[in-house]
Amino acid sequence: MLTPAPADSTPAGERPVMIRMAGVEKYYGTYHALKAVNLDVHQGERIVICGPSGSGKSTLIRCINALEHHQGGEIVVDGTQVGKSSRGLDKVRAEVGMVFQSFNLFPHLTVLQNCTLAPRKVRGLAPKEAEAIAMKYLERVRIPEQANKYPGQLSGGQQQRVAIARALCMAPKVMLFDEPTSALDPEMVKEVLDTMISLAHDGMTMICVTHEMGFARQVADRVIFMDKGEIVEEGPPATFFANPKSERTRTFLGQILHH
Amino acid sequence: MIRQFTSAEFFFLVSAVRWTLLLSAIAFVGGATLGLVVALARTSPWQWLRATAGAYILVFQGTPLLMQLFLVFFGATMVGASVDPLAAAAIGLTLNAAAFLGEIWRGCIQAIPKGQWEASTALGLHYVTRMREIILPQAAKIAVAPTVGFLVLLVKSTSLASIIGFVELTRAGQIVNNATFRPFLVFGIVAAIYFALCWPLSLYARHLEKRFGTVSR
Ligand SMILES: Nc1ncnc2c1ncn2[C@@H]1O[C@H](COP(=O)(O)OP(=O)(O)OP(=O)(O)O)[C@@H](O)[C@H]1O
Ligand SMILES: [Mg+2]
Repeated sequence: MLTPAPADSTPAGERPVMIRMAGVEKYYGTYHALKAVNLDVHQGERIVICGPSGSGKSTLIRCINALEHHQGGEIVVDGTQVGKSSRGLDKVRAEVGMVFQSFNLFPHLTVLQNCTLAPRKVRGLAPKEAEAIAMKYLERVRIPEQANKYPGQLSGGQQQRVAIARALCMAPKVMLFDEPTSALDPEMVKEVLDTMISLAHDGMTMICVTHEMGFARQVADRVIFMDKGEIVEEGPPATFFANPKSERTRTFLGQILHH
Repeated sequence: MIRQFTSAEFFFLVSAVRWTLLLSAIAFVGGATLGLVVALARTSPWQWLRATAGAYILVFQGTPLLMQLFLVFFGATMVGASVDPLAAAAIGLTLNAAAFLGEIWRGCIQAIPKGQWEASTALGLHYVTRMREIILPQAAKIAVAPTVGFLVLLVKSTSLASIIGFVELTRAGQIVNNATFRPFLVFGIVAAIYFALCWPLSLYARHLEKRFGTVSR
């Protein structure tokens, strides 16, 4: 259904690089939001990013699809440089799906229309084709029966699943998640996480900003800890949680794991 | 020689209403078209375009409509083009309405949450599609009530066209008054006719505000 799962025998680190961030610098005015960020994400790899509020997690993933423009270093997505040409930008945005904390569904369009708009306008699919694909992904996130409702008629968890389906309809090579469960009532967190877990199992390349450490343990290949615009520490979840190297990481994990 | 105010005078006034309505309609359609351009320019990603539209709004909101009508009317005469008063009034009112509608609609466009822009951008939609499919349909809902409200103002503004000699309702009132010398009666009737035109519009605007006042999210 999705991008075919990479052979599980190949370790993530040996698969081709899907996203390369090298020495990325980002300023908001004079505020230095990303400081020399280096990050390679391989095909099929699942990355979880955590860190205190204001540490630059959103900024980092928003630079990947150029919702924010970086000023230094380079970002390459599937061979295309971000920020060099507007053609390149279109290509990157069409291949990178994004899910937001606040869902950002289009309130004046039905669930189905939310899902078919970009495939029709960007990929040039015929309405029937786009609808077939949309229904496939709505089934995938287990809400095909809501297709003709408006977003305002759905629960938060349902809306976020629609947002995931909407992004998947573009058949992206990478999915970015920016705290997808933070705006949800506790009883709806699980349905969204389950959707993300099943996506991970299908081999989707994913970068998730989240504080759901259970999710990180279960699916992440690597957990990245950011603070003050820098990547402070990274590692596979087992070592990351058991033996955090830096004091800042320990303090942060202490705060979020014991409350 | 002073005439009586008879039903003939009354119907003369009433029949001038069509010119008021025609002028309002032209100015509204023209102003809406140009106003959309102004609103899009004001919210565009290009600084120079925003600044240009901003200057336009500043000039037309910052000077009296009457002066704008004079400038169009006498300006055209000066360069040798003879404009008839209807054309001059229509052009002046259109330019003026565009500034006000542009500013109203800019606000409506900017009232759409940033997340809507971001989500549509992240999906790879281009500016035109983003505007047409996502932003403008939502902005339009917020815009209807203030737009109809502005239309009320516009209908009343057309009375200024009387000064450059266009015979709409107000000018018709002046003509009748000059002949009958019954200012209170004549202008009372003129005012009542304006009221009859504008009141339903005001009511409609209020109704729309109740209906669309809160954007459904
Ligand atoms: N558009 C902006 N203009 C100016 N400063 C910004 C802007 N966006 C973010 N910042 C600043 O950049 C820093 C990093 O912000 P960012 O949103 O990336 O943090 P975050 O790690 O995602 O935090 P949170 O957990 O609260 O979402 C913050 O200090 C924030 O105030
Ligand atoms: Mg954030």
